[in-house]
Amino acid sequence: MAQEKDLQKIFEEKIEKEIKIEPKDWMPDEYRKNLIRQISQHAHSEVVGMLPEGNWITRAPSLRRKVALLAKIQDEAGHGLYLYCAAETLGKDRETLVQELLSGKAKYSSIFNYPALTWADIGAIGWLVDGAAIVNQIMLQKTSYGPYSRGMIRICKEESFHQRQGYEILLTLCRGTEEQKAMAQDALNRFWWPSLMMFGPSDKDSAHSAQSMAWKIKRMGNDDLRQKFIDQTVPQANFLGLTIPDPELKWNEEKQSYDWGQIDWEEFYNVIKGNGPCNKERLAARQAAYDNGAWVREAATAYAKKKAERKTKDAA
Amino acid sequence: MEQKQALFNYLLRLGDNAAILGHRLSEWCGHGPELEEDIAIINTALDLLGHARSLYTYAGEVEGKGRDEDDIAYLRIEREYRNALICELPNGHYGDTIARQFLFDQFNYLLFSELVNSTDETVAAIAAKAIKEIRYHLRRSTEWTLRLGDGTEESHNRVQQSFHDVWMYTGDLFVQDESDKAVIEAGIGPDLTLLYPVWQDKVKEVLKEATLEMPENGWMQSGSKQGRHTEHFGYILSELQYMQRAYPGCEW
Repeated sequence: MAQEKDLQKIFEEKIEKEIKIEPKDWMPDEYRKNLIRQISQHAHSEVVGMLPEGNWITRAPSLRRKVALLAKIQDEAGHGLYLYCAAETLGKDRETLVQELLSGKAKYSSIFNYPALTWADIGAIGWLVDGAAIVNQIMLQKTSYGPYSRGMIRICKEESFHQRQGYEILLTLCRGTEEQKAMAQDALNRFWWPSLMMFGPSDKDSAHSAQSMAWKIKRMGNDDLRQKFIDQTVPQANFLGLTIPDPELKWNEEKQSYDWGQIDWEEFYNVIKGNGPCNKERLAARQAAYDNGAWVREAATAYAKKKAERKTKDAA
Repeated sequence: MEQKQALFNYLLRLGDNAAILGHRLSEWCGHGPELEEDIAIINTALDLLGHARSLYTYAGEVEGKGRDEDDIAYLRIEREYRNALICELPNGHYGDTIARQFLFDQFNYLLFSELVNSTDETVAAIAAKAIKEIRYHLRRSTEWTLRLGDGTEESHNRVQQSFHDVWMYTGDLFVQDESDKAVIEAGIGPDLTLLYPVWQDKVKEVLKEATLEMPENGWMQSGSKQGRHTEHFGYILSELQYMQRAYPGCEW
């Protein structure tokens, strides 16, 4: 027991001195569990997030846009891979994590339970959803767990490119015909509030926030991150000539940031519970990919085994 | 036939092959058997769409009517698309996709290996860039043919059926018409009848290693060079062209 106390002390000192915790270091079980939950949730979000955008690949309106969208979704698959690897360094393998997603035990970002209905939604997802993700991920670059922090540094570079790409889709629409501009406004109307919900419940109602902040897994609270996102996004909407769907939104000179309205938390909790417009479709699509791919994965494993056996035989 | 028209037709065929197969592969995005496969299949789709863009842009220049890559990609009617029939077949299961891909990649590799030496400088330049990517596509689809053919009993049976099902669309890849003849005469493209036996040998070699039976050359479907498609093709266009048809003349 004395030994564990020492280890706890070393761990706490590292956190205090901003020294990253690495996979082989001792860490409290709760720290490990908390990180696995957060990193795997992040990985699942990347993978499920491929689906709403994937809807529009075959309908993208130009070849340039189609290629950019495909490349963006490919990046998301790549992010999913590094994040699963980061979670694996904590001792839980990808197969188990995927099973937790499919069984509904693990969550993913609720924003992906909203449908991508028009081409403008592809712009709004890039601008708002990736935009909100970046605000969160910039903070996570300084997270206390080494592999997660390094993954975030790499991911942030690609995400900011995606965000500009999404914004540029909307800019083109807003400079286009009335119909195109209306499509952009409609996308903003539908994605604004769900994007704000991406930061999670207010800190006072958040189950994990306080402990995550103490361990420096998170470096800023949900409410501060949300405010940061609003403050940086409103001028971008103004530049597009679009209206944020919040009548209470108003610049506050004194605090040098925006005041804004109320999130519909009932909607938020309902979407988390499985009642969002696309929860069932998203999980069903992942389940189908998993099930339909089973024989393919088995074949690859069997072939690799045969090949290795032949090699050993030849060598003998 | 006027050479300019022949070259235009030829470029459309090459461009449509790449665009339509790229379209089909992109449908796998988010639904592949593993995350690594999603990434790899998107890579192939991206390469093919890249080839299509270069070929369409050049086709537009050759035609000289001011059409750009998107006018050509999005604004033709069904009969004006000239992709080989095999490119438009539905993805089916992963074995169907792999069989379609391997047979096409083998054809595309032989074709582009020759186009590198085209007397048309632009065609040669496009081919020189594309061939590196096509070599990789072929390596990947060959590896998957081996894995599925020589993997488990289930994968063997499934992919064997896939090769049988797709086989009658392979003849269409090698059909030649007047445009081809003009292109061959001008040294722009190779004589496909000379590539056919090489293609057969290569395919046979891989299928043998994969413990798969080479399907027999029975009746072959054809018609792609006249724009006579399968029933599947109209649905591809209804998605592909949806935005351009619903909102004509817009910038995106």
